[in-house]
Amino acid sequence: MANSQDVLVEVQDLQVHFHLHEGVVRAVDDVSFTIHQGQTLGVIGESGSGKSVSAQSIMGIVPSPPAKQIGGKIFMHLSDNGTGYRVVNLSELPPKGNEFRAIRGKEIGMIFQEPMTSFSPVHTIGDQIMEAILLHIPNVSKKEARERTIEILRRVGIPKAERRVDNYSHQFSGGMRQRAMIAMALSCNPKLLIADEPTTALDVTIEAQILELLKDLQQEFNMAIMYISHDLAVVGGVADEVMVMYLGLVMEHASAEEVFENPLHPYTQALWRSIPKIDGDLSRLKPISGTLPSPFAVHKGCPFFSRCDDRIVGVCDMARPPLVEVKPGHKVRCYLYTEQGKG
Amino acid sequence: MVQANDTLLEVQGLKKYFPIQQGFLRKTVGYIKAVDDVNLTIKKGETLGVVGESGCGKTTMGRCLIRLYEPTDGKILLHVENQTISVTELNRQEMHLFRRNAQIIFQDPYSSLNPRMNLLETIGEPLLVNGIARGRDLEERVKEVVTQVGLRVEHLRRFPHSFSGGQRQRIGIARALVVHPKLIVADEPVSALDVSIQAQILNLLEDLQAKFNLTYIFISHNMAVVRYISDRIAVMYAGKLVELGTKHELLSHPKHPYTELLLAAVPRTVDRLRGQRTVTPGEPPDLGNLPKGCVFHPRCKYARDICKVEEPKLRALRPDCHVSCHFAEELDLQGIDTPARVSVPMAGVR
Repeated sequence: MANSQDVLVEVQDLQVHFHLHEGVVRAVDDVSFTIHQGQTLGVIGESGSGKSVSAQSIMGIVPSPPAKQIGGKIFMHLSDNGTGYRVVNLSELPPKGNEFRAIRGKEIGMIFQEPMTSFSPVHTIGDQIMEAILLHIPNVSKKEARERTIEILRRVGIPKAERRVDNYSHQFSGGMRQRAMIAMALSCNPKLLIADEPTTALDVTIEAQILELLKDLQQEFNMAIMYISHDLAVVGGVADEVMVMYLGLVMEHASAEEVFENPLHPYTQALWRSIPKIDGDLSRLKPISGTLPSPFAVHKGCPFFSRCDDRIVGVCDMARPPLVEVKPGHKVRCYLYTEQGKG
Repeated sequence: MVQANDTLLEVQGLKKYFPIQQGFLRKTVGYIKAVDDVNLTIKKGETLGVVGESGCGKTTMGRCLIRLYEPTDGKILLHVENQTISVTELNRQEMHLFRRNAQIIFQDPYSSLNPRMNLLETIGEPLLVNGIARGRDLEERVKEVVTQVGLRVEHLRRFPHSFSGGQRQRIGIARALVVHPKLIVADEPVSALDVSIQAQILNLLEDLQAKFNLTYIFISHNMAVVRYISDRIAVMYAGKLVELGTKHELLSHPKHPYTELLLAAVPRTVDRLRGQRTVTPGEPPDLGNLPKGCVFHPRCKYARDICKVEEPKLRALRPDCHVSCHFAEELDLQGIDTPARVSVPMAGVR
């Protein structure tokens, strides 16, 4: 891929806390990562790991209140009419301001897990896709927008698009709805597509179709994808780089090959051992002991400490381990790979 | 079907049709054939995995098997303690005979527990309604089963909201287990759980099976999970059973094109093939308007003329390999290497 090293989005030290009646949830506690143009970043994590909130922060759609961005910066590199680049700090823009609205939906598209609930039931699919086009593309007539909508629906594989464009969402099957969702997200040729568990509600056969479609479209439009999922096997098939999150922290970040063939963090290793695989051996699964800690808990040390097989008492529970680059491009947040752990 | 001694449940011609009603008078204009003519036998102590895409009728079948849904037609025979219970013919008063022997675990541990009932009430209810135990006796039995599923006796007075998803699923398992059933229908028991918790529940189910010689019908859309836990696998498509065989045979050498398609769509994980999967176009058909002939023919890449007119019946290729495909003998289909199970299914007798 050309320009693969070009940075598109840079997230630095992001911290998003939710202030609830019961206490403070540190949904995102220290997250930094970079998304390169045309590349796919896979984000793996269980519920409460902060993977969705990280993505929503880029999109500026974290519900606030109760959420509050405590710190961090999100830079997006936008091309300026083909002449050069300008860098915008998304976290400083008011989320409901015109400037952010010009980016959201235009430069960044998003698809969600629930294709059932993400469409309005009282507007046709076509009208909802056209809305995005009419809002973001200057000087486009309604007729052109409709043609463009039919074109993109056809591109995402909806048969008889010229008729389906006037259907309502309930007339679409789950897979077709997710295709329409992708069509809507891509209608303005975004540079970044955020896909938050886009196939979790779908059957494996339909999932394969949707992922194939995303890959094709990515090449065609040269867009970056942030692919969020809890399913390691799926992420292994789509991502160039993989980031593993646990309770608001990035635990491991490396190329997809590295994460799957040479995982370094005990959490990544344990997660990989605990899931049944379609082509793995059939020996007894090795579950991760314990349960996810309460989201309100404050961890002085590593949040995975209580469940970790390789924990070092007196080190891991005393202070949060730093995210260190163990080898080029492979970052791990674990004391096993620092001086404290080796000593 | 000949009844062998190790048969626990026999299902003959099971059908479940839901009427499609339209208009002011709710006139029935057609039927959704959610389960259509399913025949199978389930052996004592085995785990039968049931797989298929959503809408294929696997959940409906599971619910019919324990009569949570009233089957439209068909017979279900349960063989326990040298007697045969014809499940579909039991009336309300007699149902407790069956409920003592067959229980279900639901998918969603959040909505399947009554938020106003504490652990003791929730787990003890099956004992009460089936007239098995009361009072002190009931509490003893609940305590016993609570420990067996890895929960704590001190928490008996707590309500569901104070438990995590994995713990709630343990409550669901305890509730099924408390009557000492022979058969448990597990309907997607790990699908709603976090990845790190799934293995705990799968291992627990295996341990309990070995300890109590339980028989499971394990319904799931996740091929990897079914591959891990099952002895035999049933593949359903559009309300019909299309293939039934031992795990090793069915996964390594599938005989039905749909089984092949389903397996190929699952992302591989081993190094060389990591992330690879085969994409096949098409979707399952509308159950109210099924295609003529073989229900699978519009998606089948091996379909020929006969498939469009004549519906294939489920037939035995070998004693333990049933398939409904006209060309099962001649097709050479791709599977996934799966070692045969080393231990016999009956190894875990108490």
